[in-house]
Amino acid sequence: MAKHHVTTTVNGDSMEFLCSTEQTLLDVLRDELFLTGSKEGCSSGDCGACSVMLDGRLVCACLVLGVEAEGREVETIEGMAEGENLHPLQRKFIEHAALQCGVCTPGILVAAKALLEKNPDPTEIETRYWLAGNLCRCTGYDKIVRAVLDAAAEMRATAEKGAGKKSKSTKRPETASA
Amino acid sequence: MDYQTPTSAEDAARLLAQEGAEALAGGTDLLVKLRAGMATPSMIVDLKSVPRLRGIEHDAKGWRIGAATPCAEIGEHAELAAAWPGVVEALQLIGSTQIQGRATLGGNLCNASPAADTVPALIAAGAICEVAGVSGERELPVQDVITSPGKNALARGEFIVGFRLPDPPKRSGDAYLRLIPRTEMDIAVVGAGVALALDAKGVCTHARVALGAVAPTPLLVADAAKALIGTKVDDAALESVAAAASAACKPIDDKRGTVAYRVKVAGVLAKRAARIAYQRASAK
Repeated sequence: MAKHHVTTTVNGDSMEFLCSTEQTLLDVLRDELFLTGSKEGCSSGDCGACSVMLDGRLVCACLVLGVEAEGREVETIEGMAEGENLHPLQRKFIEHAALQCGVCTPGILVAAKALLEKNPDPTEIETRYWLAGNLCRCTGYDKIVRAVLDAAAEMRATAEKGAGKKSKSTKRPETASA
Repeated sequence: MDYQTPTSAEDAARLLAQEGAEALAGGTDLLVKLRAGMATPSMIVDLKSVPRLRGIEHDAKGWRIGAATPCAEIGEHAELAAAWPGVVEALQLIGSTQIQGRATLGGNLCNASPAADTVPALIAAGAICEVAGVSGERELPVQDVITSPGKNALARGEFIVGFRLPDPPKRSGDAYLRLIPRTEMDIAVVGAGVALALDAKGVCTHARVALGAVAPTPLLVADAAKALIGTKVDDAALESVAAAASAACKPIDDKRGTVAYRVKVAGVLAKRAARIAYQRASAK
């Protein structure tokens, strides 16, 4: 069987690759596109180390065929920071020392970002359930959960400030014209 | 290994009828089997491009759920969750957030595990499968799909297009409970689904009780339903439900639970699920 020619979007960039049917999306990301941030843990959907977003849904890249990415949008850990500027979750993981060996970290960051997009103010219990599919074998769960909750608080504060600024800036022209 | 993305049910059936073809929906079972060498298809037929397999609709006949709709999407459907809370709570118990993003009702049923969480809830709700094949389409009640562990009643070339759930009658409710040793991410030791309806006086007029993981296939337990019908779902009726559910079990001993434990727990869960279904029905 000839290889499949797949055109897809990864972290906002259009990308093309060739793959065989057997290759998973994780295989393709790591071995064809050299995006090695997504990790291979179990290859059976149990550990979450390969968590990526596929058309806005959190999935395990090891349980998706590479060829299924045709025409879809994939987001990986490589798309999380903006250049040198780390995402608040990434900063908080460093501040809270929420990682030891680091193999689970990319998947947990992608999963946590998906949680905060859906629920900007999760409880600790909601956070733990959402991340139940991300295993950390260094068992640093408490620090991970604290980092996620702290990042969520900071992101809410930033969003409020942004909204405040916006409403002020809409008033400003009136004041100026008055 | 070939890979095909048919866009109509007819094309999908024609492809699946070929020797060595395997259907792909969410892939949460199939990709694990491929990796382990437990499945060696020569062709994968990805059903997700067939529009009828995706989405949730409501029409004059009730609810229709496309067989390849991811559980995460179904779980977000507030109206469906209000109509059939037991079905929705069952499908939300499957796997992690990541698995929810891919796993489907069609896959959970066709994989034919006796412990599949959605199946007792769907059986209790009286769900019907729309099955497509090379010679046309037919309807099959969910309880007739699984024939033995890992085996289903679909012929070569057949696949599930969607699931039909009626509009729940007035004063009705359903519930699903499962036992696992952890709080999340595990396979049912026992699962129990109950759907029932009450008359204006609160007397049960209709009931279906289904069990998972206690026999080679999920069970529809007629005697447990009989124990509910005609009662006000009081403690005596619930004890009879528990006894009937336990009596119907033919479980195995394995690392998840012994025969005696499963038989006992099946009764307890059937009773508790019936009580929740009754409370939901009374609240409507």
